[in-house]
Amino acid sequence: MAKETKKVPASKKPAPQVKAARKPNRPKLPRQKTQKKPAGERSRAPKFRSLTPIVPPQSVAGRALTLVVAIMSFLACLTVGGVSVVWDAADDWQNDLVREVTIQIRPAEGIDMLREIDKAVALTQEFPGVETVRALSDDETRALLQPWLGDGLELESLPVPRLIQITVDDPEALDLSQLRAALEQEVIGASLDDHSIWTSRLSAMAGAVVLGGFAIMALVLGSMVLSVVFATQSAMAGNKDVVSVLHFVGAEDSFIAREFQRHFLVLGLKGGISGGAIASLAFLMLDLFTRRGSGQAGSDQLSALFGTVSVSLPGYLGVIAVVFLVAVLTALTSGLAVKAHLKRVD
Amino acid sequence: MIRFENVGLRYGMGPEILRDLTFRIEPQSFQFLTGPSGAGKTSLIRLLFMSLRPTRGLIRVFDRDLSVISKQELPELRRKIGVVFQDFRLLDHLTTYENVALPLRVVGKDESEYRSDVVELLKWVGLGERMHVLPPVLSGGEKQRAAIARALITRPDVLLADEPTGNVDPTLARRLLRLFMELNKLGTSVIIATHDIALLEQVDARRMVLADGRLEIFD
Repeated sequence: MAKETKKVPASKKPAPQVKAARKPNRPKLPRQKTQKKPAGERSRAPKFRSLTPIVPPQSVAGRALTLVVAIMSFLACLTVGGVSVVWDAADDWQNDLVREVTIQIRPAEGIDMLREIDKAVALTQEFPGVETVRALSDDETRALLQPWLGDGLELESLPVPRLIQITVDDPEALDLSQLRAALEQEVIGASLDDHSIWTSRLSAMAGAVVLGGFAIMALVLGSMVLSVVFATQSAMAGNKDVVSVLHFVGAEDSFIAREFQRHFLVLGLKGGISGGAIASLAFLMLDLFTRRGSGQAGSDQLSALFGTVSVSLPGYLGVIAVVFLVAVLTALTSGLAVKAHLKRVD
Repeated sequence: MIRFENVGLRYGMGPEILRDLTFRIEPQSFQFLTGPSGAGKTSLIRLLFMSLRPTRGLIRVFDRDLSVISKQELPELRRKIGVVFQDFRLLDHLTTYENVALPLRVVGKDESEYRSDVVELLKWVGLGERMHVLPPVLSGGEKQRAAIARALITRPDVLLADEPTGNVDPTLARRLLRLFMELNKLGTSVIIATHDIALLEQVDARRMVLADGRLEIFD
């Protein structure tokens, strides 16, 4: 059993008394008279206003980090816009291909091509989902072959396959496998091409572009997160005294983290909105440029690939999502960095 | 309320700077902690405030063993202890009013709930006219009183004051001492760390004297 270190017996008194003073117990501390305010004193009326943030905003890495967040969010928004343009174009191509199917009738000995074509057209028209069925005329066939075989081609002298173009009204209603089986059974030399190879390649390409876009965005946001972590650590180091005072007045780590987080959320919103606004402006200008520049070589190349190079509504919604993602990510990262820092210093 | 048993403290691999400290801080008690400069008064204050953990011995704070108190529980216990540091530790970007209200703000109280209490306390310590002033323009004595007001605003069970009169003239020192005694009468245990002999002689209270890392208690 431990004893008290050393006790010097003395008469125990119920409450200490000031020996010299004979004044009342209640302290009468001096009241300050109103004087001319010295430099540095806040020149405002002595009334209550909204409370000053506990972590001084100017102590949190300000402009430089806002600029970094704005640049990162601009790049992320550009990626979203680019992905949106490619996705829309791939979707358009895919729709066009799905809505068009071709029947090819190869010539063979002893076969009346015209009769087989008529049979194929009649058979196809009976299928649901088919809008129009049209056999390519001789002139159209000649026009298709002209780049390879030249002018003045006589179709009868060459075993040239003939094409029937089907426009599909409702791709879901049309049973292509049934149509293929019926054609192969009833029309000699007929085969059906539904462009499935092209559509699968297109969708793979579009998927790769989207994946690449997300990878770029993840890298951009990752760099931003790292910048925020460094900035938070620097802000924590700069506010060591504030953190220490908050600890001894009984603040929990989550409260301290929230105080820092608040600044970073505002900073993230500022940076995110700036980056998003500039990216949206860039999209609008690109749209304007491609519209006004139609007929010029560069613009026509772009239009050939992507149709009208304009970011659609989902692209702009993506930009808004990126802005919020940037702000939330900035705040969350800073909060976690503060908590990790507090855990380390304890 | 607070109990130390054979407590020892060393920093890193250095020598033991506090040795075999055994004492109790009883409810509504008043004591001075004194000793020469460098005797370990501030370290003992930090142990009392749980910002340091002892290298050996037992510390019980409000009937809780410090060695088993988790980090999450510390803020709750610290709110029962008010501390006045020698260097005040006021936040320079907050007004006197905001500094004093800080312990209430960190527990999530709304300003409308505590405004009148803070204003009343500021008037009580004589800073009624200086409540909207930033600390850099306060005098040493005013800063000291603001720091004391911040420690008192939550009406803590224990008040620890480290050299509270170190930066003020004897007249103000006497006034601050009366303030602590008033607080003690209201139910708070007060521990004042000082090496100001003049201050000690003014009050007939328990004295805890630190010398060479050991503690002698004169009741």
